[in-house]
Amino acid sequence: MNTTTKTTRSESVLIRNQEDLQRVRALVRQWAQPPLSFSTVEQTKLVTAASELARNTLIYGLGGTFLIEDVTDALARRGLRLSFRDEGPGIPDIAKAMQDGYTTGGGMGLGLSGAKRLVSEFSIDSAPGKGTLVCITQWTRRL
Amino acid sequence: MNKNATDVANVIARHKADILKEWIQRQKESASSLSGIMSSEDALEQSSQFLDLFSAALNEDPSAENDTVWGEVRTMLESVSRSRALQGFSPSETATFVFSLKQPLFQRLRQESKSADTLADAVWAMTTLLDSLGLYTAEVFLRSREQVILQQQQELLDLSTPVVELYRGVLALPLIGTLDSERTHSVMENLLEGIVHHEAAIAIIDITGVPTVDTLVAQHLIKTIAAARLMGAECIISGIRPQIAQTIVHLGVDLGDVTTKASLAEALKLALAKVGRGIAPLKTGTGLS
Repeated sequence: MNTTTKTTRSESVLIRNQEDLQRVRALVRQWAQPPLSFSTVEQTKLVTAASELARNTLIYGLGGTFLIEDVTDALARRGLRLSFRDEGPGIPDIAKAMQDGYTTGGGMGLGLSGAKRLVSEFSIDSAPGKGTLVCITQWTRRL
Repeated sequence: MNKNATDVANVIARHKADILKEWIQRQKESASSLSGIMSSEDALEQSSQFLDLFSAALNEDPSAENDTVWGEVRTMLESVSRSRALQGFSPSETATFVFSLKQPLFQRLRQESKSADTLADAVWAMTTLLDSLGLYTAEVFLRSREQVILQQQQELLDLSTPVVELYRGVLALPLIGTLDSERTHSVMENLLEGIVHHEAAIAIIDITGVPTVDTLVAQHLIKTIAAARLMGAECIISGIRPQIAQTIVHLGVDLGDVTTKASLAEALKLALAKVGRGIAPLKTGTGLS
């Protein structure tokens, strides 16, 4: 997405079942530890956003892959970029899916919109029959 | 090759007592912890049994490929390996059980063999054989460890979520760990049953030990509270840490009319007030009845 960022390391996890959601959360929590200077609040927000999006990938995308990257932007700011990709049915109306309270499942309808509010950057790309890709980035405040 | 193996089996048969004694000595030296954890009788019994099976199998089929003949040896090693894994041995200490047989065995072979060629052949054959058996114990060892890990995982999942009575009519439900759907169901059941059993008016759900509160967890909590309310009990959520509070707000989750407190102590104070009780310092000098 952002061509000016540089990835220093990355790791991916297959999302196929409930246990994998736990692995995603644990991995994000682990990567958000020092030397990356996230505050506890930022850490918790990122882990929670990851939990929401990974569950979406599992439930609505029928499974997919999770990628975590340690990124640095042109201003030498460091952050974590998380990508959730699935080959599921895709989202017909993204604007609607991003509305608070809208759900096609039995959830609260706050997963996508809530995750967007929890992180610095959020992007979503989806089309019916083409699957879904959600990317979020959390930048550290201090250097 | 075949003759070699039978020769080796004969050597073992003739010197069994000596080999056994030295072998056990070797085992004890190489694994210092062994003497502590395992009784000498166990070590002796296992070693002796292995020697018997090993030489019997050698007589039958030296290539160690015949499953029916070597199956017994393998089964025996499996049980040794498994019991050691459970006793806390390391993989190398377990494999040493087999490897340490080499020295006493080769020494006897050297005494008995007539030419350097036959000795070299026999040593090579035995070394290959014992190496593969030793590696096999390590493999089984790891497999048993994995089973232990799986079992522990299951136990962690099954960790009961106890409902405790703090005061007459006041229950507490300390939640710890991830609230996936399965665990939430048992949590909800436990709480509702506890409410009936203790005739509780107030239930405090403490989430200090819950690392992530996402929309699913929040939804489960709200449903649990609604169900408790239907049964006439009021719920208080306690243990909401600052970062969890901020995350809930950003997610847009509305906890609405649910009473929340930062700490369990605060929640208890409120709960007691609701049942018409309070906590006061003891008056000194008054006799205890």
